[in-house]
Amino acid sequence: MRLKCPLCGERDRREFYYFGDAVVLARPDPDAGISAWDDYLHNRDNPAGVTRDLWQHEAGCAAWIVVTRDTVSHEVLDTALASDLKRAMS
Amino acid sequence: MRFSGLRILKEGLTGNKGWGAHWRDPEPKSHYDAIIIGGGGHGLSTAYYLAKNHGLNNIAVLEKGYIGGGNVGRNTTIVRANYFLNGNSEFYSHSLKLWEGLEEDLNYNVMHSQRGLINLFHSDGQRDAFVRRGNAMVNQGDDAILLDREGVRKHLPYLDFDNARFPIYGGLLHPRGGTARHDAVAWGFARGADMRGVDIIQNCEVKGIDIKNGAVTGVQTTRGAIKAKKIGMTVAGRSGQVAAMAGMRLPVESHVLQAFVTEGLKPVIDHVISFGMGHFYISQSDKGGLVFGGDLDFYASYASRGNLPMKEHVMEAGMTLMPMIGEAKVLRSWGGIMDMTPDGSPIIDKSPVEGLYINAGWCYGGFKAVPGSGSVFSHLIATDQHHSEATGFRLDRFRTGVGIIDEEGTGSQHNLH
Amino acid sequence: MRIENKGLIDRTQPVNFTFDGHHYQGFAGDTVASALLANDQRLMGRSFKYHRPRGVLTAGSEEPNALVTIKRGQNVEPNVRATVQEIYDGLEVRSQNAWPTLGFDALAVNDLAAPFFSAGFYYKTFMRPRAFWERVYEPLIRRAAGLGGLSGTSNDVEYEKAFAFCDVLIIGAGPTGLMAALEAGRAGADVILADEDAQAGGRLLGETYEIDGRTGQDWAAAVIAELSSMNNVRIMSRTTVTGVYDQGTFGALERVTAHTTPRADAPRACFWRIVAKCSILAAGALERPIAFQNNDRPGIMTAGAVRAYLNRWGVTAGRDIVVFGNNDDAHRTALDLSAAGVHVAALVDSRPDVQVSGDFPVYAGAQICGASGRQGLESVTIRTQSGTERIASECLAMSGGWNPSVHMTCHMNGRPEWREDIASFVPRAGMIPGMVTAGACNGTFSTHGALLEGRKAAEKILVALGKKAIQSDLPEAEDAPIHISPLWAVGGTGRAWLDFQNDVTVKDVKQAAKENFRSVEHMKRYTTQGMATDQGKNSNVNALAILADVTGRGIPETGTTTFRPPYTPVSIAAMGAGAEGKGFAPERLVTSHESTVAQGAPMIEAGMWCRPSYFPKEGETNWRQSCDREVNMVRSSVGICDVSTLGKIDIQGPDVAAFLDFVYINTFSTLKPGRVRYGLMLREDGTVMDDGTTARLSDTHYVMTTTTAAAGAVMRHLEYVHQCLRPELDVSMISVTEQWAQFAVAGPKSRELLNELLDAPIDNDSFPFMGCGDVAIGGVNARLFRISFSGEHAYEIAVPARYGAALFNALNEHAAALGGGPYGMEALNVLRIEKGFITHAEIHGRVTAFDIGMGRMISAKKDCIGQTMAAREGLVGPNREQLIGLKPIGAVKQLTGGAHLFEPESEPTRQNSIGYVTSVGFSPTEVSFLGMGFLMNGRARHGETIKLIDHMRGIETLCEICDPVFHDPEGGKPRG
Repeated sequence: MRLKCPLCGERDRREFYYFGDAVVLARPDPDAGISAWDDYLHNRDNPAGVTRDLWQHEAGCAAWIVVTRDTVSHEVLDTALASDLKRAMS
Repeated sequence: MRFSGLRILKEGLTGNKGWGAHWRDPEPKSHYDAIIIGGGGHGLSTAYYLAKNHGLNNIAVLEKGYIGGGNVGRNTTIVRANYFLNGNSEFYSHSLKLWEGLEEDLNYNVMHSQRGLINLFHSDGQRDAFVRRGNAMVNQGDDAILLDREGVRKHLPYLDFDNARFPIYGGLLHPRGGTARHDAVAWGFARGADMRGVDIIQNCEVKGIDIKNGAVTGVQTTRGAIKAKKIGMTVAGRSGQVAAMAGMRLPVESHVLQAFVTEGLKPVIDHVISFGMGHFYISQSDKGGLVFGGDLDFYASYASRGNLPMKEHVMEAGMTLMPMIGEAKVLRSWGGIMDMTPDGSPIIDKSPVEGLYINAGWCYGGFKAVPGSGSVFSHLIATDQHHSEATGFRLDRFRTGVGIIDEEGTGSQHNLH
Repeated sequence: MRIENKGLIDRTQPVNFTFDGHHYQGFAGDTVASALLANDQRLMGRSFKYHRPRGVLTAGSEEPNALVTIKRGQNVEPNVRATVQEIYDGLEVRSQNAWPTLGFDALAVNDLAAPFFSAGFYYKTFMRPRAFWERVYEPLIRRAAGLGGLSGTSNDVEYEKAFAFCDVLIIGAGPTGLMAALEAGRAGADVILADEDAQAGGRLLGETYEIDGRTGQDWAAAVIAELSSMNNVRIMSRTTVTGVYDQGTFGALERVTAHTTPRADAPRACFWRIVAKCSILAAGALERPIAFQNNDRPGIMTAGAVRAYLNRWGVTAGRDIVVFGNNDDAHRTALDLSAAGVHVAALVDSRPDVQVSGDFPVYAGAQICGASGRQGLESVTIRTQSGTERIASECLAMSGGWNPSVHMTCHMNGRPEWREDIASFVPRAGMIPGMVTAGACNGTFSTHGALLEGRKAAEKILVALGKKAIQSDLPEAEDAPIHISPLWAVGGTGRAWLDFQNDVTVKDVKQAAKENFRSVEHMKRYTTQGMATDQGKNSNVNALAILADVTGRGIPETGTTTFRPPYTPVSIAAMGAGAEGKGFAPERLVTSHESTVAQGAPMIEAGMWCRPSYFPKEGETNWRQSCDREVNMVRSSVGICDVSTLGKIDIQGPDVAAFLDFVYINTFSTLKPGRVRYGLMLREDGTVMDDGTTARLSDTHYVMTTTTAAAGAVMRHLEYVHQCLRPELDVSMISVTEQWAQFAVAGPKSRELLNELLDAPIDNDSFPFMGCGDVAIGGVNARLFRISFSGEHAYEIAVPARYGAALFNALNEHAAALGGGPYGMEALNVLRIEKGFITHAEIHGRVTAFDIGMGRMISAKKDCIGQTMAAREGLVGPNREQLIGLKPIGAVKQLTGGAHLFEPESEPTRQNSIGYVTSVGFSPTEVSFLGMGFLMNGRARHGETIKLIDHMRGIETLCEICDPVFHDPEGGKPRG
C-alpha cells in the first residue's frame, strides 16, 4: 500500500501511522455533553466504501494527513493536510 | 444420524453410501420466533443454544453467503481463557468450559486440542504483568503456571535463547489453552442446530430491518421478507452495516487481520506460542502446517486481504523468536475483517430498538468465544436478561466509563487493541 | 530415459547428485525431476493421506507429487519441487513422507483402509474417550500427516530483502512477456521482466514450433540478448512474482543461489518488494489432468510436461508412451515424441471427430479408463465404443486442456469469468488497477496470439506512461485455433484422483455434495481439495466442474475458491530476512554505554534502549547487594544515572504556552522562564497517557520530558494535537532525545559534585528546586535542571550528545571521590518506590488522574485533552482502584509484583480480588519491602490491613495499606 503525502509525495505505507476516522478533527466543545463526546470518541460510520481517515507521515515529515480512501478496494482517492482541513473548518 | 467410529466402519464397508446432509437447506418461512442474522460461529452457536437451552425451535439463521465463511473459517484457531479483567475473565472461562464438552455435546469432532499455550515475556515489568494475569486466571478458577527461562526452554527448546533481540525471561503457561479445527466448529454447531429444528438459510442476505414503534418486526432479505419479534445480529465484520439498517452507529471500526499457513511439515511445534514483543503467535495444525499470525494491518478495511508490511513484520517476528521455522514455506495468507471496539472487548447487549440484540465487536478474539458467545447471547435473546457470565459487555460502558474492559490499556483508538 | 539429440541440457557438463543416498548423474540444465527421469526413477514421492506412490506430474512450480527434501543437518530444506530445483554437484536429495523407504512405505497401509478414511471422516470419530484426543488420536494423526520435516534448529543460510521500482513490471518471460518487454523496452520504459524459470522462453523451451524461422528457444535468446543491452530493462530470472498488493506493489522471490552449491558471497534468496506504475501479467497457463481410475500412477503426467521433458531436457518417463487428451494441443505431444523417435503406443482423444496423422494409432472418441502398475505405470486401459483394450505403457501423457494462470489477477478479491469456448476461467478487465493481462493467462493460447497480445499490452501501458509505442514487427508464429471438448473425469468404478497430494478423489467431491457441502468453499474445506502445496493449481477446476455437475449447477454459478498469495510458497526466512537474532528491532545505545558495559553492568531493555541494571562492585555476589549499595549511596552522598533515554521534545513558538495548557491537565502558561514543572497528560478518553517534567527556557521555548517508553507516542500525540486540533497555534516541535545526553546527579552531595565541574558554581538561589538554566562545563554549554526522581537534592545535566561519554566519565570520577558513583535501573526503581513516584507500571493505560491522586490537578480554568471524558462517572469515585503504598506486616516479609489484593478474611476468587501490586522493591532505607499498587477505594484505607496473594509464585502475606510516599513525605530533601 502506498499513500501520497501532500508534502513528500507517494511513499510506502511503512512510513505512515494510522489513527482512525478523520471525524476526530471535529472535536466537540468541552460542554457539548456526554452523548456528543461518546459519539465523537467511540461511534463510527465505519463505511464499507469511501471513508476519510487520519494518518501521520511519522517516518517522514510528521504531517498529519486526511486520506480519502475506499475501504473495500483500498483505492486512495485523495490526500490532504489535516491542518489545512482543520483551519478550513473553523 | 449419530457419528461414531462404528458408523465409519459400517459405512466404509457399504461404500459410504449412507451419509446424509449435515444440515438441511430449507426454504425460508414467512415467520420465525427469532432470527439470527449471520451464519458464522457466533450465529450458529446462538441458534444452537437457543434451541438446546431455551427450547426455541422456530428460529432461523440467515447467512448471506455460505455458513462459516467469515472469521470462524479464517482465524488461527486458538482457544484460551487467559484474560485478567472482570467481564472478560468469567466469560472466557465459561466459554472454555463449553469447549471442553463440545464434541460430546455436538457429536462432532471439532478437534479441540488442549495442547497448552505459552505467552512469553521479555522483561521484569512484563513478568509482573503476566503474573497479574496468571493470578487473575487462577482466581477465576482457570489454570496458569509461571515458567522461568529454563521452564520455557524445557517446553520450547527451539526458541532463540542466546541471541534474540528480546531475551526470553520466561512465560505464562495456560495448560488448558490450545486450538480447534475452525471449520468444524461452524459445521458442528450448524448440524446441532439443524437437528433441533433450526432453519439454516444460506445465500440469504438481510437488506433491511423492519422496525415499528421502536420494535423490530422482521427483516427484508434477498429471499423475501421474514417476520420475527426477536432478531439477533452476529455479523462480525459487517456489524456497522447491519446496525445502520436499524439506524444505529456502533463503537466499531473494521480492520483487516492477516493469518498465514505454511506447507505441511512433520510435527515440530507442540504448543501454541505467543510472542508479545513481536505480535506473533503460532501453532502447528494436525495436518502439519504452521498456522500463525500477528497484528492488524492497522487501517480500516473490508477487503479481507492485507499488505506486505505486516506480512513481513510477522515473518520477522518469527525469525527473531524461532529461526528454525525459516525453511518452512508460507503456502497461503488471508485476511479477516475484525470489528474493533474502543476497549478491545465485545458487545453483547440489547439495542435501543426493542427486540434487536447486538453481538459484535469481538476484535480478533472471537473464535475462542464461539460457544460462550452463543450460550450467553441466546440467554439474552430468550430471557431479556444478561447471562451471569456476561454482564460486562454492555454497550453503554463507553458513554459512562463504567466497566471499560481494556486489556491492552490502549484506550479509545479502535485499532490499538 | 534420456533421448539422444534432444533437449537444451549441456551434455558436456555432467552433474553428480544423490537421491535417497544413491548416486545419480545428470547434466547442466537438468532439474532433479528431469535427471531422475533420465535415470529411470519414476517414483519420487508419497501422497499425504494414503501414502500412495507418486511420480512427477508436471514440469513446473505447480508440481504436487515430486516434493523432496534437499541438503542435510541444520540446512535441510523440505518440500522442494523436484521439477524446479536445478541439480548441482553434490546436491543431496531425499524423498519424504515415506518410512522406512520410498519404495516400501509402512503407512501405505492407509491406502487399504481408504474406505474408512472417506472425506471428512475425522469429524465423525475420535471423540471418545475425551482425553484420548490429545494423548492418542492427535499424536497419531500428526505423525502420519505432514510432508517433509524441518531441522528443528536455526541454519546459517542467508536471505535478503530489497525494494525495486519501475514503470512496468512484466510477469512471465514466455512469448507474451518477451514481446511486451521488447516493445516497452524499445520505447524507453523502465522495465522489470521477471520469470520464475532459470531461462527465459516459457513454453517455448518445451516446444518445437518456430518463430520467425528460428526455434522458439533461439528467438527467446535473441530477445533476451537485445533486452540485456538496454539500460532501462532489468531481467530477473528465477524470480517468482508471488503476490499483488495495493498501489502497484508486488512481492517477488528471487532464488539467487538456490541452484548452485551454497555460496558465502550471495544470499540463497531475496524477497523483493517491487513498486510498478503498471504491470503486464503474462503468466501463461497450466495444464489440467483428467480424472480416471488410478490416474496417479508414477509415469502419468500432463501432456505438456511430457513434451517439455522431451524437448527441453531430452528425457521421457518411460517407453511406449500413450497420449490422452480432449483437445488438439495434446496431439503435439504425440507428434513431438514420434518425431524424436520415441514409440507412441496410442493417441487417445475423447472427441470423436479428430484429425491427426502420425506414426501412431489414433483412438478417437475413446477414453483411458484405468491404469495399472503400483510403483510405476505398466499399462493403461482404453475404453472405446466397442469395448476396452489394455496397452502396455510406462508413460501416459494426459491433457484436459489448459487453465490460464489467472491467480494474480484475483489477489485483490476479483473473480475470474468462465469462457465456455475454451472451457477455462479467464481474467476480467480491471481486476488489478494498472495491470494488463496478455497471452495464455488471458486465454489466448496460440504463439501468434501471445506475441500480438504481448505487444498490445505494452502499447497500452506505454500510452498510460505517456510514451510513444514503437510498433515492433510481429514475428511469424503458429496460430493454431483452440479445439477442446470438456472432459473432467472418466466414468467408472475405482478411485479417480483430483488433488494428487491430498488424495482427494472424484468420489470424495460427490460425497461432500451429498453431505451438503455444496458451496465450493465447503467442498474444499471438507475434502481438503485444493489445500495442498499446489493450492489446487492442478485440480481445482476439475473438482469444481464435478461439483457443478453433481449439484446441477453450471461452472460459473459454482464459482472458484479464493486465490490467495503467495503464487508459489515463500519461505519464512525470505520474507523475514534480516530479523534473526538482534535484527528484529534496533537497539538504542546511550552515550555512556561503552563505559557502563566496561564496568560490568548487566544491560536490560527499556523501550528499545539498553540501560544498566546495576553496577556490580568487587565482593558483591548478587544484584540485591549492588542495588542496596547504590540506593544508600544516593541517599547519603551522590549517584550518577544516565537518563538520556527519557523523551525530550523541544517546543517553540509564540503560542507554546497555550499549546501546553491544552496538552497537560495542569497549567504551564503560568510557569516562569527558568522553572520546571511536573506535568500529567491524558488521552482524550480521560486515561493517563504520560507524565514528565517540562522546563520553560524562555517565554516561547519549552523542553518537555516524557517517559522512555512513551517518547514516540507523545511526540506523535503532540503533532496530532497541534495539526489536527489546534493548527491556529503557532508552535513548532522536534524530538531532541538523541541530541542531548542527560545525566541525573542525585544525592546530598550533588551540588558539591557539580560545582567541582561547572565553569561557574551554582547555589540554592541560582538553581532552586525546580529551577533550570544554562550552565557551562569545560567550556561546553549545558542545561541544568534541578529536578529529582529519587527524592534527594538532585539535578539533571544535559550536554550535546557528543560530550555525553566524557561527561559521564567525569561525573563518575568526581562522584567516586565523594563516596558516590553510578547507579542503575534497579536502584532507580527502589528510589522512586520509596518516594511513591509512578512509572508506566502504574500508568499502564487503564488508570486515571483520579486513580493516582492527581484528579485535582485537572485545571477547571481551561480545556485540555481528556478533561471531559475524565469526568465520566465510571472514571472517578470510590469504586475505582486507587494508588496505594504497601508494606508487608505478616509472617512473610516479601511483596511481589502482579500479586492480587484481598480482604484478610476472604477467599482468593475473582470476585474478591480488590486490587493488585504494580511495583515492588526492597528498600534499604526503610529496611523493608515496599510496594505500590492499586486498591479499590484505597486512599480512604491507609493504615488498614490487606492480604496479598500471588498464586504464581506461591506467596501470601498481610500488608499495611500506606500512603505511597514512604521517604521524606514532607519533601524537604530535594529543596535542601
